[in-house]
Amino acid sequence: MPWLYLLPALGLLITFTYVPVGNMLVYSFTSWDGLDVTMEPAGFDNYVRVFTDERYWRVFLVSGYYFAASFVQIAIALYFAVILSFQTRFRNLFKGILFFPYLLNGVAVGFVFLFLFQPGGTLDTVLGWAGLGEHTRFWLGDPDIANISLAGTSVWRFTGLSFVLFLGAIQSIPGEIYEAAEIDGAGRWHQFRHIIVPGIRRIISLSFILAISGSLSVFEIPFIMTGGANGTRTFVVQAYETAFQFRQIGLASAMAVVLLLIVLLVTWIQRRLVPDDEVTLT
Amino acid sequence: MKAFAKYLSLVAASIVVLLPLTVVFFAAFKTRAEYSTSGPLTPPENWFNFDNFVTAWSEGRMLLGFWNTTVILAISLTGTILVGTLAAYAINRFEFPFKRLVLGSFLVAALVPGVTTQVATYQIVKSMGLVNTPGSAIVLFLGTDIISVYIFLQFMQSIPPSLDQAAMMDGASRFTVYRRIVLPLMKPAIATVAIIKGIAIYNEFYIPFLYLRSPELGVISTALFRFKGPYGAQWETIAACTMIVILPTVVIFLLLQRLIYNGITAGATK
Repeated sequence: MPWLYLLPALGLLITFTYVPVGNMLVYSFTSWDGLDVTMEPAGFDNYVRVFTDERYWRVFLVSGYYFAASFVQIAIALYFAVILSFQTRFRNLFKGILFFPYLLNGVAVGFVFLFLFQPGGTLDTVLGWAGLGEHTRFWLGDPDIANISLAGTSVWRFTGLSFVLFLGAIQSIPGEIYEAAEIDGAGRWHQFRHIIVPGIRRIISLSFILAISGSLSVFEIPFIMTGGANGTRTFVVQAYETAFQFRQIGLASAMAVVLLLIVLLVTWIQRRLVPDDEVTLT
Repeated sequence: MKAFAKYLSLVAASIVVLLPLTVVFFAAFKTRAEYSTSGPLTPPENWFNFDNFVTAWSEGRMLLGFWNTTVILAISLTGTILVGTLAAYAINRFEFPFKRLVLGSFLVAALVPGVTTQVATYQIVKSMGLVNTPGSAIVLFLGTDIISVYIFLQFMQSIPPSLDQAAMMDGASRFTVYRRIVLPLMKPAIATVAIIKGIAIYNEFYIPFLYLRSPELGVISTALFRFKGPYGAQWETIAACTMIVILPTVVIFLLLQRLIYNGITAGATK
């Protein structure tokens, strides 16, 4: 009887998560093009290629930019979450403004920043006003800087999410603890260090996990803004092109398996380091 | 002094967030000639120049995009809510063999990022004959949703089983209990799921881009993306099109702020 209620959810789960993962493993050991009736076995060739062909392992380096950017993102989010958790004028307005970009459509965000980074566009104009006119670059055209511009766009887009999660966690810390700390003469820094940080440890560690899997699965921003040109091709952009433009399903599957293993490994490590149980403050 | 630094940083952050959007907003009201002669930070001369919006709306087939998005959104949301609440009801209220295994399989699946499996998922959707039909997006939005099962399951724990038992004493069947008692009490969780899922579907790009190739099936994201091809150099029209896509998000955010914050927190931390 309960199986009847479970059937739709379980059926969808198996069809669209477990079967694809299983198939992907099988494909990754073949040189299948997605059309042939038979699949030629290829042994570990695809995996060897992912790790030795520069076109394929280079994408890991690109992820590095986004990973570094996510530290910036977490730091900014944490700073604003802490200051807005204390009494502030126009608190809700600032909260809304900081959070809002996260809700925006990814294609719209891509276009907004294409506009911003144009030669002679907003960023160049603002730099000119600030007397930094000679520092203007081809923000998206120069391979030395394109990834930084894109990672910056990603920070703009996702800081709001981390910020709201941190703010929620800080506000769930009971107010009496701060009062007690103030009576004991603890300053703001001590309150931050000994009350806020332990109280939001779990959400911070979760944010780092999301940062790692997020920086490996970046797709929309580079795909929409540069199409992967100028050295901005990310793992998923590369996998997309390999699978759907060059029809190398086997190779693309091997890439996806590698990505999946990394994400699972990182999650497992995080679970070991920071156990799921709530940190108690008392 | 400290307070000054605090407000300064808040204002600076607000400018960083709003400036990129404001300049696009400005550009959307400029004429062709005005756009090429004025700087990006110069406000438009005529705030009532809606020509770009008219062009974007008709040439970008935005009405079709909104219609397709709405249809997919409505069916996927209804489906997610039904499938998710039924599963949560079964897991929380019944004892059955392999229950831990079932629960575990939902848990592990939540760790698999959707983008990684698309290579293989595409073959399955293709074999079902759903590629290039709205059905593909709908089944994928239903099938990749584990977070909502989670939210329902958590909420379910707060509904006392004594309510079910009382109803069953009065002769109600298990399904009547679900339909008349559990489902109505789940309203807050349903609202949470509807909001986070609704926003995610409205903004989704990869799935419609991959599966809904025909221009007739364009959703908001893909309509906007394709618009750039033929209008690549006409930024004033692209700006208007971008604003059309952003506007509903602004309205929803202003109306449902509190629910959105709660939904995002509930969705991400579990």
